[in-house]
Amino acid sequence: MGNKQLMRGNEAIAESAIRAGCRNYFAYPITPQAELLQWMATHMPEEDNGTFLQAESEIGAVNMVYGAASTGERAMTSSSSPGISLKQEGISYLAGSDLPAVIVNIMRGGPGLGNIQPAQGDYFQATKGGGHGDYQLLTLAPSTVPEAAQLTYEAFDLADEYRTPVMVLADGMIGQMMEPVELPARKDLNELPSKPWATSGAKNRKPNVIKSFALGGDKLKAMSEERFTKYRVIERKEVRYEEIGVEGPDILVTAFGTVARIVKSTIRLGQEEGINIGLFRPITLWPFPGDRIDELSGKVDTVLTVEMNSGQMVEDIRLSVSKNINTPFYGEMAGCVPTPKGILEEVKKHV
Amino acid sequence: MSNQIASVSKEEKKLVFGKPDALNDEKFSYCPGCHHGIINRLIAEAIDELGIRETTVGTAPVGCSVFLYEWFDIDVVQPAHGRVSAVATGMKRARPDLTVFAYQGDGDFASIGTNNSVHAANRGENITVFFINNTLYGMTGGEMAPTTLIDQKTTTTPGGRKAEDFGYPIKMSEMLSKLDGPTYITRQAVYDVKTIKRAKKAIKKGFRNQLEGKGYSLIEFLSACPINWGLDPVEAIDRIKEEVEQVYPLGDILDRTAGEKE
Repeated sequence: MGNKQLMRGNEAIAESAIRAGCRNYFAYPITPQAELLQWMATHMPEEDNGTFLQAESEIGAVNMVYGAASTGERAMTSSSSPGISLKQEGISYLAGSDLPAVIVNIMRGGPGLGNIQPAQGDYFQATKGGGHGDYQLLTLAPSTVPEAAQLTYEAFDLADEYRTPVMVLADGMIGQMMEPVELPARKDLNELPSKPWATSGAKNRKPNVIKSFALGGDKLKAMSEERFTKYRVIERKEVRYEEIGVEGPDILVTAFGTVARIVKSTIRLGQEEGINIGLFRPITLWPFPGDRIDELSGKVDTVLTVEMNSGQMVEDIRLSVSKNINTPFYGEMAGCVPTPKGILEEVKKHV
Repeated sequence: MSNQIASVSKEEKKLVFGKPDALNDEKFSYCPGCHHGIINRLIAEAIDELGIRETTVGTAPVGCSVFLYEWFDIDVVQPAHGRVSAVATGMKRARPDLTVFAYQGDGDFASIGTNNSVHAANRGENITVFFINNTLYGMTGGEMAPTTLIDQKTTTTPGGRKAEDFGYPIKMSEMLSKLDGPTYITRQAVYDVKTIKRAKKAIKKGFRNQLEGKGYSLIEFLSACPINWGLDPVEAIDRIKEEVEQVYPLGDILDRTAGEKE
C-alpha cells in the first residue's frame, strides 16, 4: 500500500488500538509508555464517543476498563512494570469475570522502582498469573514497532473471541523506538462482534450479571472449569512463533521481543565466522509454543535462551525440551540490553 | 388481621402492595433488622417510578450487599472491593445512555476505595452513588470501619475505638462536599415512615440528576447492623437516632441544583 509512516512504538500501539475499534482508554502516566497516553489524549476525543480518561491511579484505570468492558465496548489500559503490578488485582477480576480487555505493558527495569530502561523482567508476572487465583493471561510479545501495532490490533479480536483479557508485553525499547509502520485498516464499529452477555441494560431479555464471585465450591469449580476449557482451546489454536534457520543449525537460540531482534544481528555475525545459528521466537508467551521448541530441540545439542532478565522464559524452555538437551541461559538484568557481539560470545561457548 | 384477610373472597382480592418490577421474586438474605433490604427496595421503587429498569445497570459491592444481583431484575456488575466508583465511571463513560448506580458500603467507599471514590466525585462523574454507612464491616464479622464511632466496640476494637490509635470517624459526605465536582450530596436514614419517604425522594433526585446530565450524586444512608452491634432491631434504630446521628447528622449537605425546578 506504501502507506508507511514513521512512528514511535507507543504511538503506533495507541493508533492501532483506535483502528481496532477501541473507544475507551483509561491510564495513568508512567515512563516509558507516556507517549501512548499522550497520543490517546489527543486522538481519542476525535472519535465519536471516544473516551480518554486519565485515571486517578493504575488501579482506577484498570477498573474503569473493567466497567467499560462489562458494557460490551472495547477497552484498553496501558502502563509500565510498576504500574502493571498495581493493575494485577484488576487483571485477576477481568479474567475471573471473563471480560475482554487489552492491557499493554511497556516493560522497564525492576523490581521496585527499578529504572526506566527496557527490560523483560515481567515475563513471570504476565505468564504465571500476576494476580490471585487460577487463570491464564493471553500474552503477545512483539519484537518490532510494526509488529506491536499489528498485535495490539489483533489483541482486541482475541479478547472478544475468548472473552479474556489479553496483554501486549513489549519493552521500553519498542515503546520508544521509531520505525516505519503501515497501520492496520480502521475497523467498522458496526462489524465488531456482538456481545449478548454484556451488562448494557436488560431490555427484552433476562438480566445479565458480570461477576467473578460464586459462593460454594461447586459453583466456582464449574465457572473455573468452563474457563479452563476455553484456555485449552486457546492453547490449541492461538500459539504463535517465528523461526529462522531452525533446520539443522549449530545451535538454537530462543528469545522474545526486543532480544529476538538483537539475535537476528547475532545470526549475521555468526555467519561471518561460520557459525550457523537458528532462532526460535515465541510470539505468544502464553500459550507458550512448548511443543514446537521440543520438536526443534531434537535437531540440536544446545538451546540457548537469551533474555533481558535473570532467566524467566528459560524455565518454560526447560519444561518443554527433553532433559538431554543443554539449555544454558544468557541475560542482561537491570534495564541493560544485550549486544549482538555479547550474545555471539555466549554462543561460542556452546558450539 | 389474618381473619380479615381470610374473609375476603377471591373475587374481591386486589393487590395493593407488591414487589417493584426492578426486584425479582428471590428473597433478600440480609439479617433481621438490617436496613440494606429497605434501601434496596427503595432504589428498585425509584427505578420503576422513573421507568428506567431496562436502561439501568447496577453494581454489587463486596460485602453484605454483594448478592444484589440475585435480587434486582436489572443488569448488574460485581466489581472488586473498593473499586465500585471506578468501575461505574468506566461503565458510564463507555455507555452514557445507561443509568449507572454505584452501591458501596463504608469499607468499600470510605476505606479501601477512598482514592477511587474521591476522584469520581471530583470529576463530577454523571453517576449515582449509594453509600451505606453502618459504622463497621458487616459481612466479615463486625470489624472497625473508618466510620466506626469513638468508643464503639467492634471485633477489632474490643476496647472501643480510640482516636489516638485509629483516628476519627471519617465524614465522607462532608469531605466530598468541599469539592467542586459533585452536584448533590445528602445523608439519609430509613428507620421510620418519615425518613423512608425522605430517603426515597433523595434516591429519585440522585437518579434524576444523572438522567438530566447534572453530574455526581451521593446518597449516604445510616444503616443498622443489629447483629454486629449486639442490639435488637429496635435498639439498633435507637442507636442511630441517639448516637450515630450525633456524628453523622441527616439532611442535604450539598445541592448545586438548589433553586432549579424539579
